[in-house]
Amino acid sequence: MISRTVRRKDMVPITWYIALGSVLFMIGVSGVLLRKNIIIMLMGVELMLNSVNINLAAFSYYLKDLRGQVFAVFTITVAAAEVAVALGILIALVRSRGVFSADKIDTLKG
Amino acid sequence: MERLFFLIFASVAVVSALCVVLFRNPVRSALALMLCLLQVACVFVLLRSPFLAVVQVFVYVGAVMVLFLFVVMILDIRQAELEAFFPPRNRWLMYAIIPVITFEFLLVILGTSFEGFGPGAGGETKVEVIGRALFTEYLLPFEVVSVLLLVAMVGAIVMAKKRWD
Amino acid sequence: MIFGLRDVMAVIPEAIVAGAACLLLLVDFLIAKKRKIIVAALSIAAVAAAAFFSLYLVGTDVMWKKVFAGMFVVDGFSTFFKFVLYLATVLSMMLSFHYVKEEDINTGEYYTLMLFSLSGMMIAASASDLLSIYVAVELMSIPVYVLVGFLQKDARSNEAAMKYVILGAFSSGVLLYGISFIYGITGTTELSAVAGALADPSMHTPALSIAIIMLVAGFGFKIAGVPFHMWAPDAYEGAPTPITGFMSAGPKAAACAAVLRVFTEGLQPAYSRWVVIVAIVAVLSLVYGNIVAIAQKNIKRMLAYSSIGHVGYALLGLVAGGTEGASSVMYYMAVYAFMNLGAFSIIIMMRKGEQKGEMIEDYTGLAKTRGGMALLMLIFMFSLAGLPPTAGFIGKFYIFMALIHKGMVGLAVIAVLMSAVGAYFYIRIVMLMYMKDPVNPVETASSRGLYYALAIAAAGTILLGVYPGYFIKLAQMAGGSL
Repeated sequence: MISRTVRRKDMVPITWYIALGSVLFMIGVSGVLLRKNIIIMLMGVELMLNSVNINLAAFSYYLKDLRGQVFAVFTITVAAAEVAVALGILIALVRSRGVFSADKIDTLKG
Repeated sequence: MERLFFLIFASVAVVSALCVVLFRNPVRSALALMLCLLQVACVFVLLRSPFLAVVQVFVYVGAVMVLFLFVVMILDIRQAELEAFFPPRNRWLMYAIIPVITFEFLLVILGTSFEGFGPGAGGETKVEVIGRALFTEYLLPFEVVSVLLLVAMVGAIVMAKKRWD
Repeated sequence: MIFGLRDVMAVIPEAIVAGAACLLLLVDFLIAKKRKIIVAALSIAAVAAAAFFSLYLVGTDVMWKKVFAGMFVVDGFSTFFKFVLYLATVLSMMLSFHYVKEEDINTGEYYTLMLFSLSGMMIAASASDLLSIYVAVELMSIPVYVLVGFLQKDARSNEAAMKYVILGAFSSGVLLYGISFIYGITGTTELSAVAGALADPSMHTPALSIAIIMLVAGFGFKIAGVPFHMWAPDAYEGAPTPITGFMSAGPKAAACAAVLRVFTEGLQPAYSRWVVIVAIVAVLSLVYGNIVAIAQKNIKRMLAYSSIGHVGYALLGLVAGGTEGASSVMYYMAVYAFMNLGAFSIIIMMRKGEQKGEMIEDYTGLAKTRGGMALLMLIFMFSLAGLPPTAGFIGKFYIFMALIHKGMVGLAVIAVLMSAVGAYFYIRIVMLMYMKDPVNPVETASSRGLYYALAIAAAGTILLGVYPGYFIKLAQMAGGSL
């Protein structure tokens, strides 16, 4: 059994979870904003969404409220849908340019 | 014990997340991300959300990551690049700002008492409870998300299909 | 919890649109490539049916009450926005008839994805819980990501879609991070309950400020306010032109509706915390959008920057707050749908054969060769610039009045100054059309859909400018429900 009565002293304070969430979030943000590689940008987004899920699950647990967990389930689902579309677009992009090497993609500028 | 486990999971998660954004090769990043997501699943277990942990492993580690690796390796597009959202000449600004923002976040969060938050120990949530909630209280978003998944499928096919020669 | 007839009734318009889109995915297989216009006609019929039911619901007791456990509400506010969304979708579909043939993207999915996006927008306008707002905004955006990249032959289109999808997902992440904090602080995501919890001043911790900043940033990306606008010019330029029009009129209006509801219903008790941040985004959008638009050579890109400027005006309405502020934003969004889609229909008319018609210089001397078209473009440009007697003037005027009534004269002055700057680049196009001789012969497309769309857009732009009274009253009645 996962759940058993935990001694108060041993409880992980909720702020620890939220702090972990914020660190992962900022790592994800920097991945999206600073990297050029599209795949890694998308992975940065996944990191951000995961940090949100940690927040939601932590608040849900500490508030004794189901809403956060359900919200996290929706977040995971939507994230999966988004990734599918993003990778579809990536395939179309690569095909339209015939980019198979390290070509830079920047026709749009200004 | 629980604190110790949390610290182990959290530190591995942070290190592997850093690896995701720092590695040059996206395949390695993907593997690092997989490790990170597994740690997050473990954190969900600590938060007594076993259902979430299982969904995390199934959907993220199972489906999403396989999709990533599949696209990267089969199509060999690991080098597909976009212009960075922050041009290299302004890079130093971001290198300075991101740690500062992270630090501020941590300061605020660790300083917030989140009053009224009793230490949980509410016991784990049964899958049955979540299932019941999804089909009653959360019926509307559930239906919306089901349409959304259909749209994503159609969208991915439309984009990936070759419509011209 | 058991759902009754009321819950089902409330979502009939959304169900019609989403259901029709699902059916049309199948019907599409039966229709030959040359006759895809049938799919478009059926889509427009579905929107008309949804509009009929929205109208029908106005008189019933389904209105004003939250359904689906507080997730959804049909009120005057959402009904007003839904009509703006119906209008934007139908006009964009009409604009597409000719364009999709010209670009050889004549598929059924094009129209069904627009319908799916419409269903998301409608839910976003009605959603009264952060969870339903989030999923609705996603349902609205994901089809648009695909539509932006619909021109597979054109690398610009694919690249625009890629940038848009990455920044869209990024902004969802930021938005969700804010939502998770709101949930953590108040223990709920239902907007009126959030407002109830925030009424207690002890809730106003620094963590709430983080939540608000994240919400402003996340929604800022969705509506393309500065400094969260960087995707907009690229996406607008790369997308198929009718989709550019659609994006700027539809999803933007729906996102504005969601923003209005979140900030004036859910976060009203924390007004003093968010008003400064929103005002900064509004002023930056006004200044940046209007000034950078001057330097553009591509008309789609110019209209992208102009739409960033227009977001600034809409956000000023939110800053003004209250019924007057909300209804001024609503009126502005309706006006913007007419005038902006009108301008886009002229651009689409210029797209024929080899001629792209996207450069501003292509419009040189248009008055000499295509007098009627030039006159219509003049009306839309005057309206976008905010000159009387067009609708654009009334829309801006109403927002400025709302600001002045709240004593925010400084903001009103900045807005007036910036609309003077903005007038420059709109009127430059009019000057090019009327004061110069044509350089190259222009070809224009002729399509019945385009003519109808132009007629509706022009009629709306003039009607809302000349007889604003009735429509402003409607907006006030609807805005009062917030």
